[in-house]
This record gives sequence, C-alpha cells and structure tokens, in this order.
Amino acid sequence: MTNQLKKILLGDQGIVLIFIVAFTIVALLVPNFLTERNMLGLLQSVVTVGIVACTMMFCLAARDFDLSVGSTAAFTGMVAVMASNTTGSILVGIGAALLCGAFVGFVNGFVIAKFRINALITTLATMQIVRGLALISSDGRAIGINDPGFYQLALSKLFGIPTPVWILAGLFVIFGFVLNRTVFGKNTLAIGGNPEASRLAGANVDKTRIWIFALQGVVCAVAGILLASRITSGQPNAAVGLELSVISACVLGGVSLAGGRATMAGVIVGVMIMGIAENVMNLMNIPAFYQYIVRGLILLLAVMLDNLRSSAFIRR
Amino acid sequence: MSFLQFSNLTKTYPGVKALSGISFDVRKGAVHGLMGENGAGKSTLIRILSGDQHANEGEIRIDGDVQAYGSSRDAFEHGVIVIHQELQLVPELTVAENLYLGRFPARAGVVASAKMFADVTEKLKIAGIDIDPRRKVKTLSIGERQMVEIAKAVMLDARVIALDEPTSSLSSRESEILFTLIDRLRAEGKVILYVSHRLDEVFRLCDSLTVLRDGKLAAHHETLQGVTRDQIVAEMVGREINDIWGWRGREAGAVRLKVENVSGERLPEPASFDVRAGEIVGFFGLIGAGRSELMRLVFGADPQFSGVTSIDGVQVKAGSPRQAIRSGIVLCSEDRKHDGILQGRSIEENINVSSRRHYSPFGLLDRKREVEVAETFIKRLKVRTPSRKQDIVNLSGGNQQKVILGRWLAEQGVKILIVDEPTRGIDVGAKSEIYEILYELAESGMGIVVVSSELPEVMGICDRILVMCAGKIAAGLNRAQFEENAILAAALPDVKQPTEIAY
Repeated sequence: MTNQLKKILLGDQGIVLIFIVAFTIVALLVPNFLTERNMLGLLQSVVTVGIVACTMMFCLAARDFDLSVGSTAAFTGMVAVMASNTTGSILVGIGAALLCGAFVGFVNGFVIAKFRINALITTLATMQIVRGLALISSDGRAIGINDPGFYQLALSKLFGIPTPVWILAGLFVIFGFVLNRTVFGKNTLAIGGNPEASRLAGANVDKTRIWIFALQGVVCAVAGILLASRITSGQPNAAVGLELSVISACVLGGVSLAGGRATMAGVIVGVMIMGIAENVMNLMNIPAFYQYIVRGLILLLAVMLDNLRSSAFIRR
Repeated sequence: MSFLQFSNLTKTYPGVKALSGISFDVRKGAVHGLMGENGAGKSTLIRILSGDQHANEGEIRIDGDVQAYGSSRDAFEHGVIVIHQELQLVPELTVAENLYLGRFPARAGVVASAKMFADVTEKLKIAGIDIDPRRKVKTLSIGERQMVEIAKAVMLDARVIALDEPTSSLSSRESEILFTLIDRLRAEGKVILYVSHRLDEVFRLCDSLTVLRDGKLAAHHETLQGVTRDQIVAEMVGREINDIWGWRGREAGAVRLKVENVSGERLPEPASFDVRAGEIVGFFGLIGAGRSELMRLVFGADPQFSGVTSIDGVQVKAGSPRQAIRSGIVLCSEDRKHDGILQGRSIEENINVSSRRHYSPFGLLDRKREVEVAETFIKRLKVRTPSRKQDIVNLSGGNQQKVILGRWLAEQGVKILIVDEPTRGIDVGAKSEIYEILYELAESGMGIVVVSSELPEVMGICDRILVMCAGKIAAGLNRAQFEENAILAAALPDVKQPTEIAY
C-alpha cells in the first residue's frame, strides 16, 4: 500500500496529484480563495512566469539554463513601448519587441552551441548586457505608453477571461504539443538525456539548441509586451528575478536539471503551485517578507522530490 | 571453512524478481567465480554485497557475522570492497592522492605529501604494481587504473574484494598483470569474488564457481576440476550451445565502402581500407591501436584532417554523423553509456531517435508508427523488457546493446554498419543472437565492420581481418589465412610498453 502510494507520488504524474490535493485543501480552508475574482487574479498573476516557463522547460530539458529571461522581458517591453510610441503603431512595437527577443535568444544559443561556452555563464553575461541595454535605451527611466490601445492587450477580455490568460493557455497547448509530438521536442529530450549519443545518432544538436534559445527569446518578448501593457509603461527594472521564479516553477513541475525529463502538465502545475502559494499568503495577509522564505522552502522541497524520484528509478 | 556466506538472498524490484533464494559459501583464500547471462542477477548480488542495495530476504555473513550495513561506506569499513566496471577514481588527482582520498595524512589540515608519496610507493611495491604514485590518474591506461583500484582495496585491508568484469577493457598483457596480482591476494587469504563472462579467465583464476540464471542458482562448483566449458555454458543459458559463432559463407559483391588516406587528430597516419557488399570485415588490435579512432573518423564523429570516403563509388561529404547516416554509414560505438544510450528516455525513443525523420512529415511524430517500429525491433532482437516504455538505463548491458542495434536497423538505406565491440559485457546467449543478426544483414547486401578486442570473436565471425597496430593497418588476412599467432604478432607493436599507447 505505501509502496503503491510512493510509486504514484514519485511517478510522472505525482506532482499533478499533489497539486489537486493542495488545491482542494486550500479551497476548503482559505476564505475568498475559490471566488471568480480571486481565480482570475491568480491566473493573471502567473502569466509572466507561466509564459516564460514554456520555453525554459525546453532549455532545462536539453541540459541548458537561461538566466537572461528577466532582462530580456524588461528590454523587449521597453522596445515595444518605445517603438510604438515613435511610430504610432502598436503592431510595429510588438514586431520590434519579438525581433529583439529572438535576436537576444539567438545570440545566447549561438554562443552556447557553437563556441561551447557553459549556458550558465553565457546567460549570466547576456542577463547583464541586456539589462544594460534596457537602462541605456530609456536613460534609466520608465517610459509611459502613449497609445491607450496598448493597455488593451492586458486589459481586454474574451468570454470574461483576460487576454493574457488566453495567450498563456495557448502557449501551454502549443509547447505541450511541440514537446510531445514533434521531432524537435523529442530531440530536445534526447539531447538532455545524452548530448554526445544524440549527435552520434544523427540529431542536429547545435541547431536544436540555438532554436531553443531563440524561441526562449521570442517567448520572453511576449511576456515582456504583456507586462509592459499591464504596468502601462516600459520599465527598465521590470521582471528582476524572473529567471529564478521560472526555474523554480519548472523544477517544481518535475523538469530535471540533469536534462532529459520534462512534461508540460508538470510545468503547468509547478507554475500554479507557485502562484497559489503567493495568492494564499496574500489572502491571509502574511507580510511579503515571509513570502520569500516560503518560496525558498517550496523550491527546496521540489528539488528534494526530484532527487527522490531519480533515485527511486535507478535499478540494477 | 567458509568465510563468506550468502543464505537465501532474495531481491525483488517492481515487476522483476532479480534474485530468488540464492545460497552459497566461499572459503577463505579462494577466488570464486560468478557467472551468468546478463540479467541473471550477478550485478544485483554484488550491489547487495556492497551495501548499495538491500535484500528483501536473506543475509550475508562474513566470518560468521551477519552483515547489516546501510551504505557502501559501511561495507567498506567492514572490509568489503567492490571494484566496478566503471572505475571510481578522480582523473585530475595523482595516484597517491586517489589512494588516500577521504583520509589524507595531514597535520593541522595540511596534507603531508612527502609521507603520502613515500607510503604509496612502498605499498605499490609490496603489491607488485609498477606505477609512479605521482602520475595523475588521467594519464594512466585503463589497465593501470584498474591496478590502482585494486591497490586501494589492498591498502584498506579488505577482507572481501569483488571484481565486476575487470578485464572487459584490458589488453591481454594488462589482464595477465591483473591475474598475477589476484593470485597474490589469494595467497594472502583474501576472498575474491570474480564476475566475468570469459570462461578462459574463470578457468585460469577461479577455485570455485557459482552460476546464476534468471535470478536463481543454476549451479555451484566447489572445485573446477573435471568441469568443462560446455557444461558451464549450458548451465548459464539453460541449453546447449554448440557453435557460438555459427559462421556461414557468403558471396561478397562489389566494393561498397572505400576509405582512402583518412587521418585525424588521434590517428595521424592516413589509413585506407575497403569493404565489399555482404562482407564482414573484422578490425583487431590492442586497445589504443587506433581502431575506434579510425571508425569515428569514417563516421564523421571526429573531424578528418585528410582523406576521402566513398560509398558505392559516390563520395561521402565528410564532417558529421548526420551526413554519414544520410549516406548510409552507421556506427554502434564502443562506449554504450557515453555515446550510445539516451539516459532517462524509453526504449521506444532510443530506437526511433534516428530513423523517425523518415516518417515524421513536417517534423510531426507518427506515434503509431513509432510504436510499431519499437515493437518490431524489441521482438526481432529479443530485448528482454517488460515494456517498450521502460527507461533504457534499467536494462542490462546486453539489452541496451540490442536497443542501439535496433536504432540502426530501423534506419533506412543503411549500406555500411560499423559495430565497435558489439559484444563487450554481453553473455554467450545474446552474443550468438547478435552474430546471427550480423550474418542476416550481410546476406542482405550490407557491408559490415566489426571492431573487437576478442581474437576468437573476430576469427569466428569475420570473412576478412584487418589488424591495426600503433595507429596503422598492419596486416590483412582472408578467412583461409586466419591463424592466431600471425594475427597476434601483427597486433603487437615494436615499442616496449604497449600500455603507454592508451590515452
């Protein structure tokens, strides 16, 4: 019986089960949690982390790492605001932001794959460079949005649900499909499992890695644009520490830092658990300072779970 | 007087009974062989002995005391040392540092280097091991590293030393040094558990022998006198295998693979050879003779400095494994763990990883087809697994090898199959199965290259043998000319110390 339970908890879908149990308990115990207003607020609060987690999942699954996502989101948010202010066209702003995001990601991927520089170091460098670009381009100040239409990106609703939540859901579906049903997704997991064996099996390792980082950049831009729209301005200091929240959510969702293991369902749940923890603490009026501690503890627990899972599956 | 006793040892993993009720005794001062096919339970037994795993039932006694250690460190302190196939030394440290790792002789935290080196020099001398303790482990050959591991066991005053296939990557000369050392340990009254697939070694070294089959005790021989090789093989596989090679003649066709003057960083001397359709060509040589290096160059795994490779008269664009695979050359490399298996992924994915590009329109997977392909090759290659979804790291070495072979058999349009040490660490039954597959592929017109360090194997299954020595192709013999002494002579370099060549 206990063995059975252990097997389920440590299995691929174990985290989903934990989530359902945790959600039920919270819904029953915490007043105002299960209200429409709070649920929408919760979903909106996880949009940024959730969007970036989609591609961070690929990055980690391929045994890579990306620390530059926070800076990239801030920078692309700035670009979107500045470009749309100057040209008067929101579409041009969005296009420019996506291009810049893709460029940053491509540079990351190219340096990591072709020059064989550790991903942690490379993205630590670009994290600072890109943050610097964001500060330089705005002279360190926040830049307000001129066209009120830009606010609508974050404010508009479809069937009562905010647009950013739809976008998040869409990205979950798309990247879940890419991971499980495409050669690209399988190659990502194979590379994370064993990069040299994947190369010898004919997978284009360099190209796959560059694509992963380029996609990561584009997705950061999406998150950056929505963030700028929500806070009605481009902020050079936005999304500081985003990389840590995103990586935490992925690890919580069972993505192995050793590469080769990731599921979209797990990542969604990881993102939601992080969001719920914060939401519940807010509802219960727990001061923000304590929230850091709780977040840290959750991450530690997640890593220990990952460890248990890995050792439970080693046999013979 | 039995010193090491196993009684009623039982271990179950989810869905598999790895060991059931194993009982046998080993006397003091004996080298005890442990044989069995892959998955027979040898590794599990060793793991329990080393404290790495726990038995569900049964116990192990050493000198009458029940061993109830919780970890390998515990086992260590009780004088049980297991030397695994993958050696556990730190490459960047010196020999002496490795031997003293975890218990450096120190005063106020400062390592007393002089004392340490002096100690180690003396102890290596006593053990009859000729290695400079100041050398870094990364500069040692695999054989020398093995010696260092054994020296470690001796220094820790081990009572029981288990060796898990110690010779699988040693040259015959290195093996001989190892055997001398084992003889010495026997004379000192140690108990040695010797796991091997090689009957020659077992007869050369062991006093007694236990054979496992499917997790059960198949046979226990108190002495090897009067025991025949055929008997042991029959005990291992549970049936008689008459001729494990089963070679049969074939008509070779036109030249399929032509390699001209290929060289690279680790093979400076340009090499040339060709392989005909339907031909099985063996590459024999000592470890470090350049066989694997040559194959990696042909496959594009390492960059070529010079040379031209062509298939069916068409030049192959050299440079990457991708291009080689697309032109019909595939390689099962020697180091399964590092270059072959995709850890953490299922058997199904490990088989489909290369061939799926043929049936994934626009990069979208055809899941039905992938299942079919996986099932086909699991069945055809007799991979022993509860399901195609099993993580490949859970399979035994032989079964992993079959999965990698399956990966390449699933690939379409393969013209040249290169297999590097295809049967290393694989049991007799599975070996015959793999040979049979190679014959069938050759009969279908594929050209096959077999790289192997086992002379009987190369002589047993190949139509032609090329011998490599010190980075050069030294000789070529047709099947009619096969003669053990001639092949060995060609493989031995003129330089005095062959062990220097490795790495």
